[in-house]
Amino acid sequence: MIHIKGLHKSYITGNNSLHVLKGIDLTIAPGEFVSIMGSSGSGKSTLLNILGILDNYDNGDYRLDGNLIAKMSEKKAAAFRNQLIGFVFQSFNLISFKNALENVALPLYYQQVSRRKRNLIAMEYLDRMGLAEWAHHMPNELSGGQKQRVAIARALISKPKVILADEPTGALDTQTSYEVMDILKEVNEQGITILIVTHEHDIAAMTNRIIRLRDGVIAEDIRNGEVKKMKELAFAAAN
Amino acid sequence: MFDRDRWQEIFDTLKKNKMRTFFTAFGVFWGIFMLMVLLGSGEGLRKGVSSGMGDMATNSMFMWTQRTTMPFKGFPRGRFYNFNNGDTRAMIDNIAGIEYIAPRIQGYSEEGNNNVVRGERTGAFTIQGDYPAYNLIDPMNVDRGRFVNDNDIAQNRKVAVIGRRVQEEMFKTEENPIGEYLRINGVYFQIVGVVSSRKNDNEAIRDNQSIYLPFTTVQKTYNYGDIVGWYSLTAKKGYSVSDIETQAKALMRKRHSIDPADTRAVGSFNVENEFLKMTRLFAGIAGLIWIVGIGTLLAGVIGISNIMLVVIKERTKEIGIQRAIGARPWTIVSQIITESVFLTTFAGYLGLVAGVGVIELVNNVMKKMGDSAGMFKDPSVSFHVAVSALIILIIAGVIAGIIPARKAVKIKPIEALRYE
Repeated sequence: MIHIKGLHKSYITGNNSLHVLKGIDLTIAPGEFVSIMGSSGSGKSTLLNILGILDNYDNGDYRLDGNLIAKMSEKKAAAFRNQLIGFVFQSFNLISFKNALENVALPLYYQQVSRRKRNLIAMEYLDRMGLAEWAHHMPNELSGGQKQRVAIARALISKPKVILADEPTGALDTQTSYEVMDILKEVNEQGITILIVTHEHDIAAMTNRIIRLRDGVIAEDIRNGEVKKMKELAFAAAN
Repeated sequence: MFDRDRWQEIFDTLKKNKMRTFFTAFGVFWGIFMLMVLLGSGEGLRKGVSSGMGDMATNSMFMWTQRTTMPFKGFPRGRFYNFNNGDTRAMIDNIAGIEYIAPRIQGYSEEGNNNVVRGERTGAFTIQGDYPAYNLIDPMNVDRGRFVNDNDIAQNRKVAVIGRRVQEEMFKTEENPIGEYLRINGVYFQIVGVVSSRKNDNEAIRDNQSIYLPFTTVQKTYNYGDIVGWYSLTAKKGYSVSDIETQAKALMRKRHSIDPADTRAVGSFNVENEFLKMTRLFAGIAGLIWIVGIGTLLAGVIGISNIMLVVIKERTKEIGIQRAIGARPWTIVSQIITESVFLTTFAGYLGLVAGVGVIELVNNVMKKMGDSAGMFKDPSVSFHVAVSALIILIIAGVIAGIIPARKAVKIKPIEALRYE
């Protein structure tokens, strides 16, 4: 699904050049549930931006679902984002003056789906999130967990291949965080690749693969079985 | 172009951001409204001032006698003298470029005396002896009948042309005054016409309260001999009335044994000069209005761009979200521009209507109060000016929106979204 080879990215601010990503090689297969960890400044946000085609890169090679994502027009990038990627954010980022239903339906508006049809589909997705009766509430009338579920519904409505989640549980309490993770897990089980950026170990532990970034390179890449083993070790150590 | 979904989106956005919508709209509304009121007032002032002059020929002058101020050829200073029929002849013969010359004389009337009688009705009116040319120099509306003509002058006819006010005083409303008789200072005159002034204020009242008789008839009937009261005259095209004024005054000084240096012995009034002053005044007023108007417009434009800047800043996050979920930059920019154009047009139109409405209201109230308002009359706004001002504001609104919107679209979505 995602193939990255020798990815480099620097930011130039004035005379200073900040080398953020220093050669990343990463392959994520379809249907994986991956978390990216790392301290702030490790380059995880930059990587997510590039993966989400919200930013371009200097060197290397990035293929998403077989498409080479190189320098392209904003128009084309927008089309890729719309069709291939669903975003979930820490601060939910719902549009405040639109109700839950309209927020969920928005990606379809950009695909020029008729209002009636997209509202119908949006209702279906909200129902799946258990929010059917909240459809006509404004975002400020919803709890954090509900907002994030609306955001997930919005990410799913365009039937993306990949969900990119930037600290999806960062603003939620533990209980709600787990609920949201359960939903993401369900989504993953339907075959959608999910990538989460997080710095919470328990959240990362719920995924099948953990990639740890340090100073712009991949420091660790731990897979499912090993995750469980680590958990056990941690549990043993705690006792 | 017309996409129902797109408009629905726009209306939704405007409706759900009432404050934002209101402030943007109000800036435009106010700019246009003020401009309309200002332009209307300026126009009213111009019309008011110029209507004071009626349709008086701009190439005309008036000349009258005053007391001499210098002794000359054995005559003492402070002497009174009169123009006479010989002066009229002399001016026609000696001065080139006179188009019309109208000697005038005021008929005898004692102040406060009812000099005009008809049956049981009496009134005190100004009696003027006139040539037909007078109505070409300082024209009045001939409501009924005719003005004094050449045959009246040649045959010393006892006919009278009366002002509108005279008719109202001396006749019942349903009576036709033409062919009726008035006793004026003891002599009967037949009425041949009714006139009304084209000016306003005191001059109009005076015109309407006058009775116009043939010049020669007045001289004969009231024993003036060949005395002329004063002159009105106009210059032919290509001649300056100011030159004629100088020549005529010099001629009068010569004919009446007045020191050539005695400038105050012959009085005169030159409409050309007055008109020039007036023209400069109007140019000044128009200039001022445009300066203030452009200032107002500029303030409106700056207001719009300011609000747009705030609006776009406020919308950076919204734009980021829309882009992250697949909106093309152009979709967003064009949506914002459509929104702002729609809003500015709508608000501008309201401002236009309100401004014109206020002006019309003032106009109406003034008409009801009578047309004696002096310096202010018929305020109105030219349609062209109004529409171009509106177009300028709309274009300004677009430009004001397009620049920050493009900037906002260039911000990386993640940066826009990350922080609350």
